[in-house]
Amino acid sequence: MQALYAQLLVGLINGSFYALLSLGLAVIFGMLNIINFAHGALYMMGAFCAYFLLNLAGIGYWPALIIAPIVVGIFGMILERTMLQWLSGLDHLYGLLLTFGIALIVQGVFQNYFGSSGLPYAIPDELKGGMNLGFMFLPIYRGWVVVFSLIVCLATWYLIEKTRLGANLRAATENPTLVRAFGINVPRMITLTYGLGVGLAALAGVLSAPINQVRPLMGADLIIVVFAVVVIGGMGSIMGSIITGFSLGVIEGLTKYFYPEASNTVVFVLMVLVLLVKPTGLTGRAA
Amino acid sequence: MSALTDDTLPASPRAVRDEMIVFVLMAALLAIVPLTGIYPFFVMQALCFALLACAFNLLIGYGGLLSFGHAMFLGTAGYFTAHALKVWGLSPELGILVGTLGAAGLGVITGVVAIRRQGIYFSMITLALSQLLYFIYLQTPFTHGEDGIQGIPQGYLFGIFNLAKPTVLYYVILVGFLGGFLLIYRTINSPFGEVLKAIRENEPRAISLGYKTDHYKLLAFILSGTIAGFAGSLKVFVAQNASLTDVHWTMSGEIVLMTLVGGLGTVFGPVVGAFVIIAMQQYLAGFGQWVTVIQGVIFVACVLTFRRGVIGEIAHFFRRSL
Repeated sequence: MQALYAQLLVGLINGSFYALLSLGLAVIFGMLNIINFAHGALYMMGAFCAYFLLNLAGIGYWPALIIAPIVVGIFGMILERTMLQWLSGLDHLYGLLLTFGIALIVQGVFQNYFGSSGLPYAIPDELKGGMNLGFMFLPIYRGWVVVFSLIVCLATWYLIEKTRLGANLRAATENPTLVRAFGINVPRMITLTYGLGVGLAALAGVLSAPINQVRPLMGADLIIVVFAVVVIGGMGSIMGSIITGFSLGVIEGLTKYFYPEASNTVVFVLMVLVLLVKPTGLTGRAA
Repeated sequence: MSALTDDTLPASPRAVRDEMIVFVLMAALLAIVPLTGIYPFFVMQALCFALLACAFNLLIGYGGLLSFGHAMFLGTAGYFTAHALKVWGLSPELGILVGTLGAAGLGVITGVVAIRRQGIYFSMITLALSQLLYFIYLQTPFTHGEDGIQGIPQGYLFGIFNLAKPTVLYYVILVGFLGGFLLIYRTINSPFGEVLKAIRENEPRAISLGYKTDHYKLLAFILSGTIAGFAGSLKVFVAQNASLTDVHWTMSGEIVLMTLVGGLGTVFGPVVGAFVIIAMQQYLAGFGQWVTVIQGVIFVACVLTFRRGVIGEIAHFFRRSL
């Protein structure tokens, strides 16, 4: 049973990353109509940012948790201002191609300097060690990642669904022209939205640094799984993305315990099943 | 809806004449390659990728479907052909048949799933499906995992042509490429191709005119996958191996890049794009990962400033359809 709970925990952690990344993808897609292929590369940049802060400036985990998403978010906003904004009005596919190119550039540059192997990033002192819960041993850092991701996801949901800012955002998603007529600066809002989505990816990167090490290709394979998660969940609802992300992580964890050979394919197989039964995705409306 | 090919002209007699002239020129140029002393291996490899990119272009350029998983057809056909030649000891023509049929079967299975969504979702689904296949091939014994299938015998095609001779192999590959190219060209200019273009431009309208658009899209997907698989089978004789690289998502990205550089939705664009990208990889092989960075830069530059691609720009300049 110990092994089962351990795999469930790993599943929950992966689920946190799926949720944070698919949430960002959904928010970006809503405003920019772009599927951000660079999301995995920006997740990787978040982890590297934390690594640089620690090793070059001696800035530890806690400040990095705030600084890295802001730095990568600003990088994202520069990308949006200089490149992505020129694609509005074109076919969605060009956004995918452009961000794929950006991902290749970012990953290639990092691979040149850091190879493909992992760089260690230590768990902060406050979160070291573990707790014995009676039925299992819980490493504190892993528990922290799950709880903190959940809080960030719910906060994002609250921001978009319950605040005035979020209402403006959702209105601009539906009809940007009309919202501009009310005197709201929609292009600036689009830039900030992209920054927010990218910041969430970078935050996931910082969270994963102590668990998965810091590797240039850490986001490349992850983003494909997250795409499958997005297809399964649909991008229509924020809460849908969060729930789908966490559940698929758990299902993957269970598969690792019961049938390890299928653990890296189970999400894709589920995607196929969902497409056959309900092509619009579990929470999505017709595209 | 789709702005992918903003100035495709309808097939006029003049366009067809232009295209046939260019086709004959291309065939003649390729036919004299062995006499020029150009390294035939390079051209053979480029021809396989050119056919692959043309097959990909059939979907994106004429059906508006961007497949981000076309490497799965390349890799599947490669593995099947390699296995048939090496383990079963089949003759080359049967090996190619096994590989191509394998890709066709894969096209049926993945097509049924992928065409359930349009646009951006279609791309994500094809990418996820090819990643699923990548993991399957990583684990099944017959692919030999990371090592791949190596040292594949080339044999005698139809019992006559010795494929171990570079010149003979070159002409066999060339005939295969031209045959595949003409098949795609014929498809584009058939009533079937016209319906595909109609679906690309306005699917609800095509449905309202009574076309079962899902059938057309599925058929186009299977055809594209089959031809891509045929290219993958041919490539086995050139490279003499079949490995995981051919199934990886980076390969799917390269196929997209070739077509984008040459010109989405142009007849000859994918061929030019394939030669450009393969040549670039050859000459920049010593730069390691910078090749990836350069490919990324080309992607970004093409999307931002050069969306018509090489052939698309030329065609636009001369107001012709190529």
